[in-house]
Amino acid sequence: MNDDVQRLPISVTVNGDERVLEVAVHHTLLDVLRDDLALTGSKECCLVGECGACTVILDGRTVDACLVLAVEADGTSLTTIEGLASEGRLSPLQAAFLDHGGVQCGFCIPGQVVSAHALLQDNPHPTRADVDEGIAGNLCRCGCYEQITEAILRTAEASGR
Amino acid sequence: MNDRVGGSPRRVGGYGRVTGEQEYVADIAAPDALHVKLVTLDCARARIVSIDTTDAERIPGVKFVMTPAYLPTPIPRFGPQFEDRPILAVGETRYHGEPVAAVAAETKDAAESAARLVKVEYEALPAVVTLAAALVDGAPLVQGPEVRPGDPLSTTNVLREHRVGWGEPEALEADKADLVIENVYDFPMVTQFAIEPHAFMAAPDGDGIVVWSTIQHPNWLQRVLSRILGLPLSKVRVLSPDPGGAFGGKQHAKYEPLVAMMALRAGRPVRLVLTLEETFQAVRRAAATIRVRTGFHSDGTFVFQDIAADYLIGAYADIADRVVGKGSYPGCGSYRVPAARILARSVLSHTTPSTAFRGFGAPQVNWAVESNIDAGAVALGIDPLELRLRNLARRGDPFIPFDTPADGDWEQAARRAAELIGWGTPLMPGRGRGIAFGIKSGPTTGLSYSTVRLLADGSVVVYAGTSDMGQGARTVLAQIAADELGAPLEWVTVVMGDTAVVPYDQQTSASRSTVLMGNSVLHACREIQARLQSMAARLYGVEESTIVVERGIVRVADLEVPIPDVLVRGLGRLGGELIGIGEMRKEADPEHPLGGSAAFFEFNCTAIEAEVDRETGDIAVIRHVTVSDVGKALNPLQVRMQDDGAAIMGLGHTLMEHYIYDDAGRIRNLGAIDYRIPTSMDLPLELVSDMIENEDGPGPYGSKGMSEGALIPVAAAVAAAVRDATGVVIRDLPLTPERVWAALRDRP
Ligand code: FES
Ligand code: FES
Repeated sequence: MNDDVQRLPISVTVNGDERVLEVAVHHTLLDVLRDDLALTGSKECCLVGECGACTVILDGRTVDACLVLAVEADGTSLTTIEGLASEGRLSPLQAAFLDHGGVQCGFCIPGQVVSAHALLQDNPHPTRADVDEGIAGNLCRCGCYEQITEAILRTAEASGR
Repeated sequence: MNDRVGGSPRRVGGYGRVTGEQEYVADIAAPDALHVKLVTLDCARARIVSIDTTDAERIPGVKFVMTPAYLPTPIPRFGPQFEDRPILAVGETRYHGEPVAAVAAETKDAAESAARLVKVEYEALPAVVTLAAALVDGAPLVQGPEVRPGDPLSTTNVLREHRVGWGEPEALEADKADLVIENVYDFPMVTQFAIEPHAFMAAPDGDGIVVWSTIQHPNWLQRVLSRILGLPLSKVRVLSPDPGGAFGGKQHAKYEPLVAMMALRAGRPVRLVLTLEETFQAVRRAAATIRVRTGFHSDGTFVFQDIAADYLIGAYADIADRVVGKGSYPGCGSYRVPAARILARSVLSHTTPSTAFRGFGAPQVNWAVESNIDAGAVALGIDPLELRLRNLARRGDPFIPFDTPADGDWEQAARRAAELIGWGTPLMPGRGRGIAFGIKSGPTTGLSYSTVRLLADGSVVVYAGTSDMGQGARTVLAQIAADELGAPLEWVTVVMGDTAVVPYDQQTSASRSTVLMGNSVLHACREIQARLQSMAARLYGVEESTIVVERGIVRVADLEVPIPDVLVRGLGRLGGELIGIGEMRKEADPEHPLGGSAAFFEFNCTAIEAEVDRETGDIAVIRHVTVSDVGKALNPLQVRMQDDGAAIMGLGHTLMEHYIYDDAGRIRNLGAIDYRIPTSMDLPLELVSDMIENEDGPGPYGSKGMSEGALIPVAAAVAAAVRDATGVVIRDLPLTPERVWAALRDRP
């Protein structure tokens, strides 16, 4: 195999579990999530940071995993789509996506849900404009934008009290 | 939430989609799979002199490089209409991105490095990338005459001509009309841009093969592979997990034959996941130039439509010529037109093979014809909605004389849209409104089998070969079975995407599945209901004819018994299950120009209010109203999502999307940075979808197919709103700020 590829050890907390692994220095975080950790919920589309299908939360901030080198993630804490539902129960946000029709083919949805999750963490009471802007980096060719926005706003309202 | 037909329960398969568990082709674990990387050239057209794989094969981990030398001669070709596409380019490449070789390696990295080291010696040749260049005398031929022996057009780049018309030829003469409007319109090359790039995997499977693909038509792919590999259908298993968006771009085989051949050579699984850039090079919509002459009486009624549409298709036909024929065929729209002449040509070029894309050739002609109607209305001083309504076909009108008569109350949809946009009410300064009608022929033939099993506990398994690529077929089919067999929706499983298990379905296209597969599943359920009827007769000791089984209930005299009660007692001690087989056919008609009449029409009215920024040329869509005639919404939320999605996609080609080619035939804006599609920031300020339900469709409970209609009239409605706001008429898409700004500047 490609033994001349340089590898470095990294340690990352992924959805609460500490993972120690050796990664190729040129591999992106997305490569490592999908190929080394078998976390395929984060999707591959544009690979240039334009579509948001690979969105994950790194130390509290959303990033496109295709733009981050895996070695740069050393010592960080990550949340991926796999970390949002607990014990088979959907988070209120995930449930709202389904109830408001925010999902069609689903390919962009992990990225959308992660972006929306981070948005609500930063800003529990977003306006419609905040939401549109918050998910502007997540393309949906099925065109679920209106419904996704609705789902996010309703989730915020329900948790607002 | 209401699970029954007509309700909008949570999407079946939704859980996996919001948790990331849904497995798309690229997510399937196959640790022993070799990775494939395509080798392509940096130009569209080239004569291949030699391919040297020595250096590439020295890279550690590389197993082999597939070249034409390792394929049977003559190299197998395939295609849904013409078998013209070779598994790898032979002798000459014909489009930018056409694979000339492919590397198989243990890792993605090795495959990628090796692909760069495959030395292809080639001579770049002049490429034809525009209609003008393809049609000029002496143009280089994209396909040599030997590919289509005996075809008089084979010495030109015109693949085929499609002619439709009615009325007397003299009726098209200018002096028969009070007003003739003639213009030329352009529609750009755009791409499907499903967020999931195409992905393929293949593995030897005993004495056969198994192929995974993002394909929409698994049964069609199975036939292609069976022919190329010389295997019986039973030895070719196609697995097609729900695609991550398709929009027509995943209908037909692309690189599956190559991947299958590589798996057989490797003796182990191989996988090829395209990059988005490679996907752009693999699929697109045909560009078109359309000349329209419309004859009007002074009261706005039509005298004739005379349409000549040239579609720029790619280097291989794929399904593009069918797109041209079927898309141009209802080109006169949803109107009564006394005389018509439509000539549509598919013109080959050295570009990405164009293929099916939502609307299937209709958006191009609709853009031209509806815009020309708007021009006529302006010239005659008649309100554009009023003029359309004067011509609109009413239910039962044979508006295309040899086809299915108008099958809906389309005026209702038009009036609803007009009302929702506030047609005729005062506008703010700088704003304008536009309206357009769209129509699309549904499937002309079809064959959908299904199997439904009512298991001993009353739960249900449905086997249906439809692909759920986001349109929600899984949910709708589950709703039908749940409703008919009295099971809760969560007790229904829908199995799709496995040709070894699921019975034959012709294809998932033309918005057919609710109607054709829906009816098939309904028939299968009815078969089970008939068995329940005999069971109940036996159990209650009454005549079978006195028992009615419908919508989940068995009626015995004035008793209403839930189906599971009858089932459990009727099956007896051994248990077992009831099996129903569904079959739905839409027969071909060899006399018909399209090979069959329309199973239904998709009608949509789109109305737009827009504001144009005179300084920048920017168009802001203030309100976008889309109203489709759907017969009956089996799941109203999904109907709305499909219409919204189609409307937004329509805004893409209307306002921003287009491929840019250079002289070497390379796409200059490959990928998401330079090719923009609508984001959440590009939406209309208000998007209003509504639907008309008269239960007058051929599908279950009166449904019709839908999901493409709302895209078709978007461009013409937006351009009309711009014209209304500014007085400027633009006949080329997309209506980019530069183009609008220039048109405003040059206004006479
Ligand atoms: S795949 Fe990372 S942004 Fe598109
Ligand atoms: S749901 Fe299909 S791309 Fe967003």
